[in-house]
Amino acid sequence: MNNNTEIVKLIDTTLCSACRGCQVACKQWNEMPGLPTKQTGSYQNPPDLQWNTWTLIRFKEYEDKDKNFTWIFRKDGCMHCTNASCVKVCPSGALYYTPIKTVGVNREKCIGCKECISACPFEIPKYDSKTDKVYKCDLCYSRIKENLPPACVKSCLNGALSIGPKDEMIKKAYAKVEKLGGDANVYGDKFVGGTHVIYVLQFKPEVYDKMPVDPKVSKTLFIWKDLLKPLSLLAAGGVIGGSLLHYVLHGPHRPHPEHMEDDKKQGGV
Amino acid sequence: MTNHYIDMRNSDCILIMGSNAAEHHPMAFKWMLKARERGATLIHVDPRYTRTSARCDYHVPLRSGTDIAFLGGMINYILQHNLYFKEYVLNYTNASFIIGKDYTFNNGLFSGYDAGKRKYDKATWVLEKNEKGVSKRDMTLSDPRCVFQMMKKHYSRYNLDKVSSITGVSRENLLKVYKAYSATTGPHKAGTECYALGWTHHSVGSQNIRTMSIIQLLLGNMGIAGGGINAMRGEPNVQGSTDQAILYNILPGYLKMPSASCDTLEHYLKKYTPESKDPQSANYYQNYPKFFVSFLKSLYDNKGTKENNFGYDWLPKLEDGKHYSTMHMFDKMYEGKIKGYFCVGADTAVSTPNTTKVRKAMQNLDWLVGENIFNNETYEFWRGPGVDPKKIKTECFLLPAVATMEKEGSQSNSGRMIQWKYKAAQAPGDGLPVGEIEIKIFAAVKKLYQKEGGPNAAAITSLYWDYLDSNGHFDALKVSKRLNGVFLKDTVIEDKVKKTTTLYKKGQCVPGFGNLQLDGSTASGNWVHSGSFLADGTNLMARRGKDDPTGLGIYPNWAYVWPVNRRIMYNRASCDINGKPYNPKRNILEWKGDKWVGDVPDGPWPPLADKEKGKLPFIMKTDGVASLFGPGMVDGPFPEHYEPLEGPLAKNPLSGQLINPAIEIFKSDLDKVERASEKFPYVCTTYSCTEHWCTGALTRWQAWLLEAMPAAYMEIGDTLAAEKGIKNGERIKVSSVRGSVTCVAMVTKRFKPFTIEGKTVHQVGMPFNYGWLFPKDTKDDSTNFLTPTVGDANTFCPEYKAFMVNVEKA
Repeated sequence: MNNNTEIVKLIDTTLCSACRGCQVACKQWNEMPGLPTKQTGSYQNPPDLQWNTWTLIRFKEYEDKDKNFTWIFRKDGCMHCTNASCVKVCPSGALYYTPIKTVGVNREKCIGCKECISACPFEIPKYDSKTDKVYKCDLCYSRIKENLPPACVKSCLNGALSIGPKDEMIKKAYAKVEKLGGDANVYGDKFVGGTHVIYVLQFKPEVYDKMPVDPKVSKTLFIWKDLLKPLSLLAAGGVIGGSLLHYVLHGPHRPHPEHMEDDKKQGGV
Repeated sequence: MTNHYIDMRNSDCILIMGSNAAEHHPMAFKWMLKARERGATLIHVDPRYTRTSARCDYHVPLRSGTDIAFLGGMINYILQHNLYFKEYVLNYTNASFIIGKDYTFNNGLFSGYDAGKRKYDKATWVLEKNEKGVSKRDMTLSDPRCVFQMMKKHYSRYNLDKVSSITGVSRENLLKVYKAYSATTGPHKAGTECYALGWTHHSVGSQNIRTMSIIQLLLGNMGIAGGGINAMRGEPNVQGSTDQAILYNILPGYLKMPSASCDTLEHYLKKYTPESKDPQSANYYQNYPKFFVSFLKSLYDNKGTKENNFGYDWLPKLEDGKHYSTMHMFDKMYEGKIKGYFCVGADTAVSTPNTTKVRKAMQNLDWLVGENIFNNETYEFWRGPGVDPKKIKTECFLLPAVATMEKEGSQSNSGRMIQWKYKAAQAPGDGLPVGEIEIKIFAAVKKLYQKEGGPNAAAITSLYWDYLDSNGHFDALKVSKRLNGVFLKDTVIEDKVKKTTTLYKKGQCVPGFGNLQLDGSTASGNWVHSGSFLADGTNLMARRGKDDPTGLGIYPNWAYVWPVNRRIMYNRASCDINGKPYNPKRNILEWKGDKWVGDVPDGPWPPLADKEKGKLPFIMKTDGVASLFGPGMVDGPFPEHYEPLEGPLAKNPLSGQLINPAIEIFKSDLDKVERASEKFPYVCTTYSCTEHWCTGALTRWQAWLLEAMPAAYMEIGDTLAAEKGIKNGERIKVSSVRGSVTCVAMVTKRFKPFTIEGKTVHQVGMPFNYGWLFPKDTKDDSTNFLTPTVGDANTFCPEYKAFMVNVEKA
């Protein structure tokens, strides 16, 4: 796997035992603190992704219609979309596509506008008011550049997390889903241009917490960034261009002689 | 364990019972998942549905403390349906042996019981011998007094309805597990069992394990790849602590601690050196005297001579019939009889049962010395909740120790693998390895005894105590070599098998316990470690060879496995009497021509078919065969279901004996018990969580871990919670007759009510990872305020996992 292979990280939820090794490994590598939390009657802590928690194991007690019980564990975090709403909306280029097609984060460029937070169909980026910046998983680009696996993948004992070239990983995911049968499915390869984090799910996506069934880059975003913005840039350019043309053709704007008496009548000093 | 971690991937069916492997032994669970990938079935039997259950094929809930009933039912199922591996059982177990005529079992009690002393006289628990002194056998297994028939009779009482009523497991689920697991019988299938504290933390803990050993023997699963009894140890290096005997009743290498009645070395050795007249039994423990004398020499070196019994007389002796477990220690401390306490790498004010008694007991101390990497509730007992420091006279010291990566040494895992590891970081401040603290304190004590004398002073002044390096620091290699063993003089060893003679020079390492001597010319601190160094001092524990010639995960050149680098114990039982592997597809050992090829054979002797030189495979057993009838246990030669000390029932459904007849009952005013009571109607179990380590004394200081699991909680089934109007996340009070704590309610579907003897019985559970000291503003304190001072009859491992509580809104 060289620095320019398009990679995909596979999360096989049917192998995850929710040890939270990945949740902690991520914090260790990225030097993110552990902050005080409360026990609210759940193993899930912190309760949601935060500026200092870029990956989170979500717990759900699930009873299907036949009363079969499963305790579901799902590792949540940035999906690294091919068509990433956050990259589209980011005005400063803090969010960008890396050579391996993941979504990188350059926090120095972040201006804290929080547009990415509204734009993300997976509700991933989180804001910290103290630093006025947004935080999310960057798929350990700093490690992958050095041919190391992401911290989460390295920490996973059960092999629930794996990473490799895109086609290989998608193939692996579908092979597992076929072996599992039932409602098992692959999540991620079919929307927003395909994500670089994909899942093997045991149940349909609607069963899982915070897992949009049909995530898209929103139409308004498309209209804003792909239509209106170029148009407005075009319009802005047109205004500047037109003014310049006028200057060249007509010279600087001078008051017309017939208007000067009007001004005097209005008593302008 | 008899096998090892990687070997689990070779199994066809893994029963995880008495364990929450995915949460507490994740590395082990990794190998179990690999077995599953190969098509193995993973079964999780546990009162609570846990993170392990989610990754197994199915989960079967059972009431805490009823494992023997469950497993006894499986033995009954196997025998009734003739599912046992007949050839294996006949040749390798004592199934065919005849039980002595005076042995009886009646209404829950075995013969020889003294109710006043709560103790058995085992005189009748014997096997009959013939005139040659060899055990009588009935190879047709039909004699009504043979072990096989007596066992069948014993477990015929464990029928499905009875077992279901005791355990709360449905008939359907019982049959599901029995069928799946007993399918591992015979030569071509392997089943393994993985247990941990879920089995040992009971007043019948040792017998829980014994019951499973019987099942494994009946199915032919002992000594084979993917089989065995896999005790998962680890938190906190239980393997190291039992191997090196940080326990009162054994010496390193599982030698026996002498009692006062063994007044001479001769008397002691006679008591513990077994004799066998069976020419086919290797009876390897006949070498016990060599191990023990070498141990004494490691302590006293040239001060121990034949004339002074190698220093045997200096060794402290246990008082006959008395025990000195942690619970006993605090009991005596509570009576004011113990004045000083070293608490090393522990937090007993949170981890020992009956916290009220423990903390009150500590107030009687004159001095307390802690050795740890962090402060904890034990060291702060003198200003804990409800304690007035002005009234406490204890002088307290806290010596900073260093963490595992901050020192060099060996680490033993449950697979008996001893891996050498190096120092990775410098510890902060004045921290020292605990080994160094101990060596230096004792060197100073030795000097004081030399100067001032004292009772049994020679025991201390005669000690060999050269364990520091030239810079005055703990020398792990020096200690390790002493454990391994050294030749104290030039010695010639003859190897009759290889037909060689070798001269070892004084000071060289003993390359295996087969070379240990009776005459005091070898010193070995721990005979099972012997062989971890080559004679020239090469450290085999430091090896990292990745070759695996059998393909079965044996990796013979990775580190060192005791004994003698043997990965699978009793591995000659994986072959038939001709030495041919029962399963050629999982060939870990085979007799080829004139030697064994594969794993290190469990005894180099030829297979049984060689009438002259062949030996039985269970070489550490006096009879050479494995025990179905096991008189070594203090509470009975056949495991029997007894209720926990404090349980929901007033009567044992199986017999007139409610609780284990051989457990010790503690009698202080703080040792209250209330069973079958409406005041404390719920069965409670305690456990850890993945994110914290034991009492949390190390991990509550770690922000990342505390963030994931910040505070104490009780897991309560949603049915019970609804009954009591308890909502998820609200604070509740949990109480037993001994004490109470508050915590957050975690209402869950993962605890379901049981039907026990026709009545609904609820079970709840909580972790023990929290104490009052940290984090600041915590409302938590030790879960052990709830637990009783009682333990297993053989080991005194406390019954943390079955007692009665009440739960209400706080």
